[in-house]
Amino acid sequence: MSDLPWYNRGLFSSLNLRQKTLLTIALTGLLLLVIFISGMMINANLPTDFSIKMQPPSFEHIFGTDWMGRDMFIRTIKGLSLSIMIGIGASIISSIIATILAFVASINKFCDSFVSWLIDLFASIPHILLIMMISIALGKGAFGVIMAVAFSHWVNLTRVLRAEVLQINTSEYVALSKRFGKSKLWIAKEHILPLVLSQIFVGTLLVFPHAIMHESSVTFLGFGLSPHEPAIGIILSESMTYLAMGAWWLAFFPGLALLIVVLLFDIIGDNLKRLFDPSQANN
Amino acid sequence: MELKANNISFSYNKRRQILKDFSLSVDSNRIIGLMGDSGSGKSTLCKILAGYLTHYSGEVTLDGNKIPDRGFYPVQLIFQHPEKTMNPKWKMEKVLNESWTPPKELRDTFGLKDQWLTRWPNELSGGELQRFSILRAINPETKFIIADEISTMLDAVTQVQIWEKLINHAKANNIGILAVSHDPELLEVICDDILFFDEINNL
Amino acid sequence: MGKLLEVNNLSISFTQYVQGLNRHDTKVISDLTIDVGEGEIVAVLGSSGSGKSLLAHSILGILPYNSHVTGEIKYKGNILDQELKEKIRGKEICLIPQSVNFLDPLMKVSEQAIGECKDEKERDEKKVRQREIFSKYGLDESVDDLYPFELSGGMARKVLLSTALVGNPDLLIADEPTPGLDAKSVKETIDDIRNLKEQGKGVLLITHEIDVALKTADRIAIFYSGYVIEINNVDNFKNADNVLHPYTKALINSLPRNGFNLTEGVQPLEDLPGCPYWENCPIRLDKCKDNKPELVNHDGIMIRCFNFKGDNDGA
Repeated sequence: MSDLPWYNRGLFSSLNLRQKTLLTIALTGLLLLVIFISGMMINANLPTDFSIKMQPPSFEHIFGTDWMGRDMFIRTIKGLSLSIMIGIGASIISSIIATILAFVASINKFCDSFVSWLIDLFASIPHILLIMMISIALGKGAFGVIMAVAFSHWVNLTRVLRAEVLQINTSEYVALSKRFGKSKLWIAKEHILPLVLSQIFVGTLLVFPHAIMHESSVTFLGFGLSPHEPAIGIILSESMTYLAMGAWWLAFFPGLALLIVVLLFDIIGDNLKRLFDPSQANN
Repeated sequence: MELKANNISFSYNKRRQILKDFSLSVDSNRIIGLMGDSGSGKSTLCKILAGYLTHYSGEVTLDGNKIPDRGFYPVQLIFQHPEKTMNPKWKMEKVLNESWTPPKELRDTFGLKDQWLTRWPNELSGGELQRFSILRAINPETKFIIADEISTMLDAVTQVQIWEKLINHAKANNIGILAVSHDPELLEVICDDILFFDEINNL
Repeated sequence: MGKLLEVNNLSISFTQYVQGLNRHDTKVISDLTIDVGEGEIVAVLGSSGSGKSLLAHSILGILPYNSHVTGEIKYKGNILDQELKEKIRGKEICLIPQSVNFLDPLMKVSEQAIGECKDEKERDEKKVRQREIFSKYGLDESVDDLYPFELSGGMARKVLLSTALVGNPDLLIADEPTPGLDAKSVKETIDDIRNLKEQGKGVLLITHEIDVALKTADRIAIFYSGYVIEINNVDNFKNADNVLHPYTKALINSLPRNGFNLTEGVQPLEDLPGCPYWENCPIRLDKCKDNKPELVNHDGIMIRCFNFKGDNDGA
């Protein structure tokens, strides 16, 4: 047939849409994993070599070098892997909070209004302010930042899950399950959880980009990680000093890399959403 | 045993009352038909009898006792649309076993094929799903079945099959049935006695 | 005799993603042949959820994108392709939908009935016609300005029917017009449909309620597991002896007034290599298991069964 759209021809034409989605997820995931693992294996204390300090990008040092002669590419990878780690920690914790709260809201009317009140409360405080406060209160550092980001990012997912759980709870099959003598806990575990699991999963992934961005911004502002934890935010804030001297590569490449990673997570999240939602999957 | 509804009144809001001083009684081992048009409040009554709605006035009793809200409810309701009573993410085997595990002979009697058990609810037709609903409802602890238009959406051949099997099982196990329908011809052939909804609803 | 609508060997299947990566083709309608003449009511009778509504959707050209259609549909002798479908739907072919949910909730009913117009002149003409038809069905002028949610059940049904009639169609397709109606409304619906026939219009009635089909139709097509297995005149349905297919006989015998007789067996889930009724058939032959019978004309009755020879076979 000739009326196929361009992306259905050529190399990938034998794959159906579901397979393409999965391929996208797999490739993106692999790329992120490579960044993460290679970053983990890099020693944070890079050798300094003042003979090559402040070199613009070249084939030898594709991201250039910094004021201590360290290779910016390696520093960026290391920084990204730290950011990814913090992002993973923060988004998992925030999803756990969201899931627990959504189920708590389904217990009774009082719990529901309590959770709604909590949602409104947290939604009304600016994110960045909340993150700085929690981060400082928990003594900065990776732990503080993870907790700060987690405690400020559960709101949206909780809202979605609460509505979903509410809807499932009023369905006929849950009502029938109660008449069969099943307990609330059993219903939550067997009926509701499988139905919201995909949403929790996608929700976690979609919090991820936010988590990384916020982590970088608080660190950049100096309320996050300490300088021995060279996440992207630290690299960016350090580079500020040298930007005026024309060392644009110190900020440009790490910033770009951060954007790409955020985008990759977004792609995975969107594709997973499509995979889980059967009505969209047929598109 | 006797399932009794005494002076049931119910309204969703103040303006529109649906049931007023409604009373009826069903004996186990009997099949009572309840005839009424759609929209008359039949389904509301069914939900009250089967314990789905609780904020009504009057009382529903089993042998004179109130029915406890915890545990398996001895009055089971079978709905008109079986697909709504099944979790879409469950395979049919799990759907069936949620109530109890019916023996193979019983599954065969109701024409339930083993290959259906590995399917998802949306892969089966209404008639096939309704057989699952009925098997779930005839749990050994069930004393009464409220059948709310259970064969309205089915073809005539399937209608005979499910009623015949359900009635045979109910008679053999001393289960009482309240068959609710808009179809007088159907109630005429399956019921021992027919009540008219509008006549006993004192609106 | 010119037929209004002819459907020949229509098959509709869907491509769907099932668990994991597998794409699965589900055949919903197989090899469907049916025709509707002027002033004739033909009912397609099948269990609900069996996919018979898709016949209506394919005639109107509103099938979803993941469907695959083979076979041909002719309207007044012309092949009905997508272009023609879009041109004449709402004008020469109209759908009477199941419920008011099919109407735009934010539009007054009279405006929906009139529909889109090229200019003021056409609009005025249609307005007159809409008023005429609405009054014919007892809807006075106050109804014109109502929104769909303000209509009572009986009124809504009349509005749906009159809306379909404003374009003065020759062919009407009624998709499950009766479920959820009370006895009085069902009777009115049946009268209204019969009345269309007297106006010389052709009606394709799609229903799962055998009583509605018996009371309105001239011919009834029995839809079983995706196949039309028999098309017979309505008079023959009074007695199981006059219909040919064993499933049709079972269907008639299972009616409460005909003895509520039990017939075992369920419709197969998948398309079988042989006859769809093979598993439950009391008069099956050896070849029925692996060979599919065609729909043949046997003494004016269309039948899909090896036990009956077609007129053209020379038997």
